[in-house]
Amino acid sequence: MSSICFYFQVHQPSRLRHYTVFDSNWDYFDEHKNASICRKVANKCYLPTNRLLLETINRFDGKFRIAYSITGTLLEQFERYSPEVLSTFDALAHTGCVEFLAETYYHSLSFLYSRNEFAEQIQKHIDAIKYYFGQTPRVFRNTELIYNNDLAAYIESMGCFDAIITEGADHILGYRSPNFVYKPLGCDKLKLLLKNYSLSDDIAFRFSNRDWAQWPLTADKFANWINNVNGNGTVVNLFMDYETFGEHQWEDTGIFNFMRHLPEEILRHPDNNFKTPSEVVKAYDTIGTIDVPHIISWADTERDLSAWLGNAMQSNAIHELYRLEHRIKQTGDERLISDWRKLQTSDHFYYMCTKYFSDGDVHKYFNPYDSPYESYINFMNVLDNVQRRCADTGNITEKKSQEINKTKSDGGNSCSEPQQFPGLLKEKIAGNLKIIESKNKNLTDLQATDKTV
Amino acid sequence: MLGWEFPPFISGGLGTACYGLTKAMDQLGMKVTFVLPKMVESKYATHVKLLTPNSHMSESSFVTHELKNVKFHTLDSTLQPYSTPETYQRQIEEILRQKRLLFGNNSILSSKSLSSSDYSHDMYTEVHRYAAMAAELAMYEEFDIVHAHDWMTYPAGIAVAALSRKPLVIHVHSTEFDRSGEHVNQMIYDIERLGMERADKIIAVSHFTRNIVISRYGISGDKVEVVYNGVERNGNWTNLSDTGIKKEEQIVLFLGRITMQKGPEYFLLAAKKVLEVMSNVKFVMAGSGDLIHKSIEMAAQLGIGHKVLFTGFLRGEDVQKIYKMADLYVMPSVSEPFGIAPLEALDHDVPVIISKQSGVSEVLMHALKVDFWDVNEIANKIIAVLKYPPLQMTLRSHGNFEVRKLRWIDSATKCAKIYEETLAPAGV
Repeated sequence: MSSICFYFQVHQPSRLRHYTVFDSNWDYFDEHKNASICRKVANKCYLPTNRLLLETINRFDGKFRIAYSITGTLLEQFERYSPEVLSTFDALAHTGCVEFLAETYYHSLSFLYSRNEFAEQIQKHIDAIKYYFGQTPRVFRNTELIYNNDLAAYIESMGCFDAIITEGADHILGYRSPNFVYKPLGCDKLKLLLKNYSLSDDIAFRFSNRDWAQWPLTADKFANWINNVNGNGTVVNLFMDYETFGEHQWEDTGIFNFMRHLPEEILRHPDNNFKTPSEVVKAYDTIGTIDVPHIISWADTERDLSAWLGNAMQSNAIHELYRLEHRIKQTGDERLISDWRKLQTSDHFYYMCTKYFSDGDVHKYFNPYDSPYESYINFMNVLDNVQRRCADTGNITEKKSQEINKTKSDGGNSCSEPQQFPGLLKEKIAGNLKIIESKNKNLTDLQATDKTV
Repeated sequence: MLGWEFPPFISGGLGTACYGLTKAMDQLGMKVTFVLPKMVESKYATHVKLLTPNSHMSESSFVTHELKNVKFHTLDSTLQPYSTPETYQRQIEEILRQKRLLFGNNSILSSKSLSSSDYSHDMYTEVHRYAAMAAELAMYEEFDIVHAHDWMTYPAGIAVAALSRKPLVIHVHSTEFDRSGEHVNQMIYDIERLGMERADKIIAVSHFTRNIVISRYGISGDKVEVVYNGVERNGNWTNLSDTGIKKEEQIVLFLGRITMQKGPEYFLLAAKKVLEVMSNVKFVMAGSGDLIHKSIEMAAQLGIGHKVLFTGFLRGEDVQKIYKMADLYVMPSVSEPFGIAPLEALDHDVPVIISKQSGVSEVLMHALKVDFWDVNEIANKIIAVLKYPPLQMTLRSHGNFEVRKLRWIDSATKCAKIYEETLAPAGV
């Protein structure tokens, strides 16, 4: 038996605007750039891929199943800049074949710097997923699949997760295969799903690479590779950025067609099926324990933290940021806290990476800045202003600090009841659903004509 | 090789470039005859170990111990880099005045010196007189190719190439548009254009300059190659005795000719902005030039006179010292064909902010880049470097490493390749 477990990472940061030391207003984020990128990617990737997958799910009558992790920063952007994306995700959620995972709301590195903040952001994300999609996530993935034993233990102690996801890095697996369910060292119940990076990257990175011996990658070829796993594993975890479809791999590479035909090719083999992470966890027992004493991630060839914390600027920026935590939270100023949290998004530190900078590679493609230095300067100027706001708000009232203490003791690190989410989106979604359904119908029709041709 | 500056006769980047390139060619075993004008009245003449002119051609030649394959010829001429027709006129009058004082009006020598055959009274005639002398010299020399650096030697290059029927390569270190903005001197422009047209190959020091050569001088692109400058690594600067200056303030350095081309006013405007935010910083302007008085006045007018120091022109160990003191080097050039100074700064572990309107910004990744007119942004970046040690540290370590990759030997190798390509069709 071989189960295919697709999980797509869906994320965009709140990019900062050009902010000099002479600026003093509180508008740190580049509304225009964020809106235009969000809409661009929505048109190239989110909308067409959502429609395609929705159509595929309907076509296979529940046999095709997938999972998403959508960050809070992007959910907020969808709501503001392209709500139609949210309604297509909601439509996917309604199929019953789509699972949503939990992560830190702000796609942050908070696990490394503040457990308190980490727990709060996970809770906020769980609440958001509940609000938007009516699901309570049971599987956790940390930002950039950053992981170690401590993280697994902490996630287990939260009591609301069945499994955690990370990279199937060679050095943690050794001779073992990523195609099984494992148990993290030191955990009792929590299970560990490992990304099959080789097969995942065949789609995410190598798909359009003409120098690759396997190019062009077709659905039946890929299905054959999956079939080869049969007998050597129970699950193939295909984890990748959702932007793979249409954004990293453009439409003309044939990525959509590949995805359209993949399910039927895979299901052609009677032993294969699709499962969401939670279903994998239920279906398979752990076959061993994985020990990860040192932190790993899914980035670059190093699979470590060096893309975010590899140089002095990065570690300085992030330390200064988390140093403010206590003072920021004491102010009780919602906007200030939210601004501070948006600064935690890992992308801001990724932009400061000097690794490979001279060679101008993949890091550059995703970087809105001309150089890592520009991004550091910009970030520090913003942080300086945040700090000043902190000092200005200064003396908080006795009452407020009591309130904060109260929520702290209430909250602890366990999952709690959802907060109320602002926004009028539910109604909007209901309205949009109809439009989408009719669009899907058109798509299915198109599909049908495609086949007859 | 026709140049017009060589250490220690240095007033700017051209001399440094000629020296670096020639030295590297020497290491490659290429034979170079370096011809350059020699200023008789130069006040630095005492530092220079040049043989006094004694032949009938007013020529002196020597071979240094350091450069075994290089032979030098100096030609008596008042040509000086970076001069304008007006300054030339002043110089000539000064020389004549000194000579009169020295030899008296009745001396035979002086009358000879005063004759127009020795020095021309305007710069253009002098450029052409220099060309004639170079051509005469060339008759006694063996060479395969003529390599002329910047406009003053183009006529000489054309003449020598024509006379010897050897190919001409001209090396564009700067153009009239860099030096004078839109107020170009038509005569100089014509000389530059003629040189570029007559040349078999043009070497530009950057794509920035190559674009100017193509767009402003109407030269076909396939004739223009880019050879970046290198940087001479000074291994011994760390051994410098302590400067004896205790630093309580951070120092931001401007080092270069104080002329319109180098954007001194943008440096001062940025300084003013920086000083609005932080106070423990001094701005040092090292260099001389026609805008120095204006700059001093401007600093005073901005009310930052006490924070801006003018050192005048620095050379040798003083340059090393100033680099050692500096926390940041800023080059706000309006139009900089290359810009060797930032590389030297990086070599001395000083992080740099450079204008995007420069050739060096094409080769440096680990530098902060600004538009020269964007005073706000220059100030923003100066403050960031002074305020955040991790930024300074990262820029310094990566920048220093990056500079090591820019070697004169690579520039010389590329020149040699261009020579071969230029010579090849003739050989066929």
